[in-house]
Amino acid sequence: MAAESMPNITLEVLRYLPEGDAEPVFQQYEVPLREDWVVLDALNHIKDHIDGTLSYRWSCRMGVCGSCGMMINGTPVLTCAAFLTSFAPGPIRIEPMAHFPVVRDLVVEVTDFVDKLQEAKPWVIRQEEKPLSEGEFRQTPEELDDFKQYSMCINCMLCYSACPVYGLDQEFSGPAALALAQRYNKDNRDQGNAERMESLSNDEGIWGCTMVGECSEVCPKHVDPAAAIQQYKLDGAANWWKSLITGKGK
Amino acid sequence: MSYTLHHPKWHRNAKPIFWWIRRWAYIGFIFRELTSVAVAYFAILLILIYRSVQSGPEAYAELLQSLSQPSMIALHTVALLTVMYHSITWFNLSPKAMVVRLGRWRVPDLMIAGGNYAAWFAISATIAWLYVAG
Repeated sequence: MAAESMPNITLEVLRYLPEGDAEPVFQQYEVPLREDWVVLDALNHIKDHIDGTLSYRWSCRMGVCGSCGMMINGTPVLTCAAFLTSFAPGPIRIEPMAHFPVVRDLVVEVTDFVDKLQEAKPWVIRQEEKPLSEGEFRQTPEELDDFKQYSMCINCMLCYSACPVYGLDQEFSGPAALALAQRYNKDNRDQGNAERMESLSNDEGIWGCTMVGECSEVCPKHVDPAAAIQQYKLDGAANWWKSLITGKGK
Repeated sequence: MSYTLHHPKWHRNAKPIFWWIRRWAYIGFIFRELTSVAVAYFAILLILIYRSVQSGPEAYAELLQSLSQPSMIALHTVALLTVMYHSITWFNLSPKAMVVRLGRWRVPDLMIAGGNYAAWFAISATIAWLYVAG
């Protein structure tokens, strides 16, 4: 279709300029409603041809890097995976991801998430290393199934924007960090369960989750953080009973 | 080499009190949380029934009389439906929390939820039988 005959769609983009604006304001842009364009393409069109001052994050444009998450009509989504035609006739309202401080326009500050990710210790922890001569760690397909879906997380933080618990209490560890902790807890090569339980079995950790379930709904990689946290709670409760009966550990 | 952390003037949005009316999923969540009130109510009612039974036949008859008022029947009908909604959504969520393996076989979600329903119906049927037979 020729560009001249193509219909337009209106994008209402939340702008925030820390040098001047006291409050963010919506700015409207008209962009071509192309069938093969996602919202990210429309933002790139604005940046390249209409308003070069618009700021936002993106990188891979293929749902892998997790950097182009934004609120579209109030729902957290990856803008590289949201076709313009899905929102026709518009307007499409684009805002920065909810529950994070806004640095500028659609760019949010992510340090809090990165800190929480580190607290969850999302790496293999070994209490004792085995010598190389003993060979590799063996894992059955069933053992891999226990955690594989959680390892698909791309740290896009959409689940944090969907989680009202995190929105109300920023101390909450949040869905992705807890799901990644569970990913390593369920890995038979890992021996860090007790260490993670120590830092995450509290009101700001697994017990802070009230099971709203929206984290799993918005995840672009079909990870189910809500399930991970509920399983973690079951492990935590079993651990508590065990320590009560045996008087050992936590 | 030391550096100064750049800290621009961030904008933070406070979460409004009625944040939950913006999405159906959140409304559903709040409604489910509120059904816990009905669960608590039935627990209190059970304690009241137990206390009246302990106090003697007159106290028990008096309690039954007050519970047979149309307004109380209406209240309990709503409370029962609410508790059933609470129970059904709880049982449906149970496979999310429970990963059961028998050897290398993982028990399907449907069987975990079904097990909960089966236990629910078996216990309810037993109580009903005790009531009818007694």
